[in-house]
Amino acid sequence: MPKLVSNRRRSGRWARAALGAVMLMLGAAVPAGAAEPIRIGFGMALTGALAGAGKAALIAIQIWAEDVNAAGGLLGRKVELVYYDDQTNASKVPGIYTKLINVDRVDLIVSGYGSAVIAPAIPIAMNYDMVFMSLFGLATNDDFGYDRYFQILPAGPEPRIAWSKGFFDLALSLDPKPRTVALVGADAEFPRNAMIGARVNAERAGLKVVYDRSYPPTTVDFTPVIRSIQAENPDVVYVASYPPDSAGIVRAVSELGLNAALFGGGMVGLQYASFEEALGPLLNGIVNYDFWVPEPTLKFPGIEAFLAKYQAVAADAGVDPLGYYLPPFAYANMQILGDAVEAVGKIDQDALADYIRSHEFETVVGNIRFGPGGEWQKGRILMVQFQGLKDNSLEQFTRPGTRVVLLPEDWRSGKLITPFAKARP
Amino acid sequence: MSDLFLSALASGLMLGGFYAAVTLGLTLAFGYLNVVNIAHPAFVLLGSYAVYGVNARWGVDPVLAGAGLAPLFFVLGVAVYSLYQASFEAREDESLRGLAFFFGLMFLIEVGLILSYGVDYRLVSAPYIGPTVALGAVLLPTRMLVPFLVALAMVWALQLYLARTFTGRAIRAVAQDQQALRLVAADPVRIKRLAFGIAIATACIAGALLVVIGPVEPSMGRAYIGRVFAIVVLGGMGSAGGTLLAALVLGLAESITSTYYGPSWSPAVAFGFLLFALAVRPAGLLGR
Repeated sequence: MPKLVSNRRRSGRWARAALGAVMLMLGAAVPAGAAEPIRIGFGMALTGALAGAGKAALIAIQIWAEDVNAAGGLLGRKVELVYYDDQTNASKVPGIYTKLINVDRVDLIVSGYGSAVIAPAIPIAMNYDMVFMSLFGLATNDDFGYDRYFQILPAGPEPRIAWSKGFFDLALSLDPKPRTVALVGADAEFPRNAMIGARVNAERAGLKVVYDRSYPPTTVDFTPVIRSIQAENPDVVYVASYPPDSAGIVRAVSELGLNAALFGGGMVGLQYASFEEALGPLLNGIVNYDFWVPEPTLKFPGIEAFLAKYQAVAADAGVDPLGYYLPPFAYANMQILGDAVEAVGKIDQDALADYIRSHEFETVVGNIRFGPGGEWQKGRILMVQFQGLKDNSLEQFTRPGTRVVLLPEDWRSGKLITPFAKARP
Repeated sequence: MSDLFLSALASGLMLGGFYAAVTLGLTLAFGYLNVVNIAHPAFVLLGSYAVYGVNARWGVDPVLAGAGLAPLFFVLGVAVYSLYQASFEAREDESLRGLAFFFGLMFLIEVGLILSYGVDYRLVSAPYIGPTVALGAVLLPTRMLVPFLVALAMVWALQLYLARTFTGRAIRAVAQDQQALRLVAADPVRIKRLAFGIAIATACIAGALLVVIGPVEPSMGRAYIGRVFAIVVLGGMGSAGGTLLAALVLGLAESITSTYYGPSWSPAVAFGFLLFALAVRPAGLLGR
């Protein structure tokens, strides 16, 4: 011990001088504040029911951050992502966002994936007056009316109704005209919103609702549900379900058969590569929503380059290998935020919100302009029918013709096969 | 009787049989050994993934894979119980700390599965996933029928083992009176280790049945915790036959409610029935 003290006394003067010199040099080399990264915080479903797509979304966001940093960053500053696993659990969300804002002191926030985790984050965003770019929440702002909320889901105005409107428009185009409809959905935020809209659309289409029930998300066997639906003999069957239930319902329908003219609607999970591969030809004939499919009518600038980058990473990461569903929109979501920051020139939530509200953006999923409530000014929910699936290969989903776009008209790429059973071998 | 009712009955019985398979291990662990193995559904998931791995790699039939991997799970069960025994039971510290041990084990298994397989849903393929068998006007999906038959076989085999073999009877004895068991020259700890090993081996087979019925993902086990404990308690805490009966009752309650009143009500009716049954018969349906 005494040795250390005496060493210190001897070299003290030199050390202090050296320290002073170093500080001078550092002070001269670093302009005040410019090297500080821009920190963007969010929760994301990395485990739990929606993790398959959540992890894919995270990869897309990371690709965006890399692209931006490779081009010099935003406002000359590097972008840094700060994120936590929300476990697809709504109760985790308020804690995560409060921490991001108060402890991690992020500059910007974006949402996690899914209605269930977006809705609880909105009041936090409102409390701190922050811009909130959101990733696939259905009508999650309807009850809040927050003017700094923006949704990348292409539902358009009146999202609950727009969500299933295409499906019911297709129903009305059938000949003979259908008269009855069965509605079934999971007991959860998104399906609940979807069913509310479906009821409105059914009424507007003049269809009689002969079955309107929901099931607990942990339901194991869907045979009783499908049987009781079939007992009512509906012409049209609309389903709002999450991945495990979607698979269970598709299996039950294949096993029991269904006499409907039109089946599907709002089934999440049938867009994921893992389910498409596993279910294969069982999907034939199902008319379902989607946002982007590799049809010739949807080749937006930048999308193929992005997908190539994503697929290179996804192969090793154990996530959706194709990445058609969520990743392009997660990327576009960040593109909009980044473009706004560059245009406005500073991190000012007021100015950013105004800018995003009043401009059109070019993204990998097309041009986007936001309207009232933060939804797309013009919706673009695709109604897609699975056709001609032969086996359980993933490769057939990368070719056009297996997921044919029926609506909206602007992007139609094929014709509807009806009744439902006719499309199935 | 209407076709719809018969179908609901059939679905309920098949679902109940499957629930019995999942619960069987817990009947041994919790019913006979009083080990609060809250990680039991996690072990079932572990079995599901092991079977998925074998099925995806080598195309082995899921049920056969489950039976084939069961000895490995037996060894795992013995190891887990030995650790539990040395850390908690030997120190008379079972109740709360033992529970924490199994809670921790549950999370370890879940996270291990996430790290190994990722979070995407996994499905297996087998020739009996997809077709249906017609029994009169009732269509029975073989995807549910095969697990039901396997479950019945499991319950029957376990019942036979517990009734006819020395170690089986020793397991029943260890639940009643450990001291007396020592007097007949059987080491209670060794017996309990054996029982727990068997419990985890059944979890492997139940996991195979789970992944046949539907897609699995690592955190799915949590939805089963309530069900399996409810079935063990309703069945009478330590009775394979009771477990089957309780599981069938639960499955039927879910299926019939789902068919006639709406699936939303199924859990409420099923657990309401449990509460009612326990109020009327606290020892459980076939309890001691």
